[in-house]
Amino acid sequence: MGIFDSLKPSFWDKKPGKGLGENLFNYRRMWQLAMLITSVVTLGPLLTLAVIDYRLSEKASESETMLRVTRLVSNTKRVVSAFLEEREAAVWFVTRDNTYEELADPARLDQILDSLKVSFGGFVDLGVLDASGKQVAYVGPHALVGRDYSQQTSFKEVLSKGRYVSDVFRGFRDDPHLVVTVRRDLPDGGFFVLRATLDTARFMSLTTGLELAAHGEAFLINREGVLQTPSTLYGAVLTKAPFEVPQYQEHTTVIPGEAVGAPDMVVGYAYIPDSPFILVISKSRSELMSAWYETRLDMLGFLVGSIWVMLLTILGVSTYLVSKIHEADRKRVAALHHVEHADKMASIGRLAAGVAHEINNPLAIINEKAGLIKDLFTYRQEYQSDPRLMKHMDSIIASVQRCGTITKRLLSFARHLDVCLQPVGVRKVVEEVLGFLHKEAEYRSIEVKLQGGENLPDVVSDRGQLQQIFLNLINNAFQAMSDGGHLAIAISPEPNGGLSVAVSDDGCGISETDQKRIFEPFYTTKASKGGTGLGLSITYSLVQELGGRVDLVSEVGHGTTFTVRLPAEAPPKQKGECDAGSARG
Amino acid sequence: MRVLLVDDEEELVSALAERLSFRGIEATWATSGQKALELASKVCFELAVLDVKMPGMGGIELKRKLVEICPGIKILFLTGHGSEDDFRRGSAESGREFYLVKPVAIEDLIKKMQEAAK
Repeated sequence: MGIFDSLKPSFWDKKPGKGLGENLFNYRRMWQLAMLITSVVTLGPLLTLAVIDYRLSEKASESETMLRVTRLVSNTKRVVSAFLEEREAAVWFVTRDNTYEELADPARLDQILDSLKVSFGGFVDLGVLDASGKQVAYVGPHALVGRDYSQQTSFKEVLSKGRYVSDVFRGFRDDPHLVVTVRRDLPDGGFFVLRATLDTARFMSLTTGLELAAHGEAFLINREGVLQTPSTLYGAVLTKAPFEVPQYQEHTTVIPGEAVGAPDMVVGYAYIPDSPFILVISKSRSELMSAWYETRLDMLGFLVGSIWVMLLTILGVSTYLVSKIHEADRKRVAALHHVEHADKMASIGRLAAGVAHEINNPLAIINEKAGLIKDLFTYRQEYQSDPRLMKHMDSIIASVQRCGTITKRLLSFARHLDVCLQPVGVRKVVEEVLGFLHKEAEYRSIEVKLQGGENLPDVVSDRGQLQQIFLNLINNAFQAMSDGGHLAIAISPEPNGGLSVAVSDDGCGISETDQKRIFEPFYTTKASKGGTGLGLSITYSLVQELGGRVDLVSEVGHGTTFTVRLPAEAPPKQKGECDAGSARG
Repeated sequence: MRVLLVDDEEELVSALAERLSFRGIEATWATSGQKALELASKVCFELAVLDVKMPGMGGIELKRKLVEICPGIKILFLTGHGSEDDFRRGSAESGREFYLVKPVAIEDLIKKMQEAAK
């Protein structure tokens, strides 16, 4: 509240005018409108662009991520596929390069296994099956000669397709392994089958050895979803993966991690051709997107920053401009009324001069006629006998003189409308003004006291403006007082060579809140009694024009003192020849 | 002292002339500029008291013509009007001390006349 009050612009509490000026002078509305329009026009496009850019970058980043996973899966698929093809081709070559008889010879078979181990690697054993599925020859770490494979999938498959790569299984030896089987048709219409067991360690290193960024892993499953290589996420070899086997796709496919129960993962898979394997690679989505997240954070920070700067700028500029308009309007209104007032005063002055002239001529006639009658009484013996008539004549002449004094004062008042600086006796000016008002003071039994200023030097100032200032202040004091009040005017010298005039009344006083605003144009507490609220504001600007200032001390119920401080010499502002004669009044 | 009084108000000027005569000042009066000039062409006055605002010829114009006819004539202005212009012009012609505003007390008028005549 306190901070807002000190920041609050001056127009904030200004009440909007009524009628025509309602919108013209509604500064708060003006300010709100300026704020709203500027904010919408600047923030609107900024936000729209930000949203569009956000969407585009997000999409680009996402597709880039997908592409990276796809590439990785494709490359790995090729590696796994090549490994299997190589082994299969080797076995195929062995069946073509040797006769059945040669292969059935364990010594020869052992030799071949050795060659395969050395040249290709990854082979564990070799076995030859005859057409009935019986293992006729075997070389390797296990004693499997004579075993019947006729019921095994590998044998059945190789019968129909001629070649077969098994998935990883335990088999007779109860140890995960996989076999590559190739059928060799013989010229006599029979056939035999060469069965090679592959080293699972070597096979598994194909996927486990992949250098993947943290949280990424690659593994193989078969088409039933059984893990063929170990996975840290889904379990050991030959356990069933907890997700559904992804649908067959000819090409590498990337799916969001939700399908495999890992929402924060991006999963790519590929079916490895001519084998039961499916390669699966999963990578952490958040890590893949981390570059994007950083960009996003920068973008958001920049956006929020710009919005703040914009709003602050708009707030500052709007407040500044509306304040300026408010100030300008206030000055304009005050100036307008000042001019109006001056114009009115000039009209009254001209009117007064005219009236005074019209009255002065008949007054002069009365004066001369009465004077003549008096002269006749004085100079002609025959009229001198009646002293009563003489007294009447004297009173007529005295009344004419009184009227004359008043009209002359009026004329002198009207004459000082043009501003001009000249030496002015301030006490004389105050006396003149009091001369106008002493009748009212008498009627209302107000006691007027004028003190000081008899021996003070003249100040260089404008007589007419001084008259107005004192007339306003004394009038004001009269209005504040009830009948029988006391008005004291004290003129005293100031240290800077000027002088001060204190006009004190013992009237109703001015409340503290009113004191702050009393010099504002149109501020009046007497609206009901026809006050315009211009008197003191005009007084204030007149004193300022003369280089002085007005101070005010007031206590409600005890009275008010207005002190006008005038400099020794008013600043030369207005041009205008001073008529020395007008000083005479 | 031969004095010429000019004012369009006959009542005023005739009474004033009579009053001056009581005080030993021989005053001739006229109610318009034309008549004043006619009088002045016959005999030169030492002093003229002129109303500033008169129908036809105003006091200031009349003063110039009188000065032409009788160089050395002294002029007093008497006016009921308070317009700044008239005051300025009138006091420029005669000096501000000799510009009087109606109604004026006869003693003041005579004092001024004597000052002017000096």
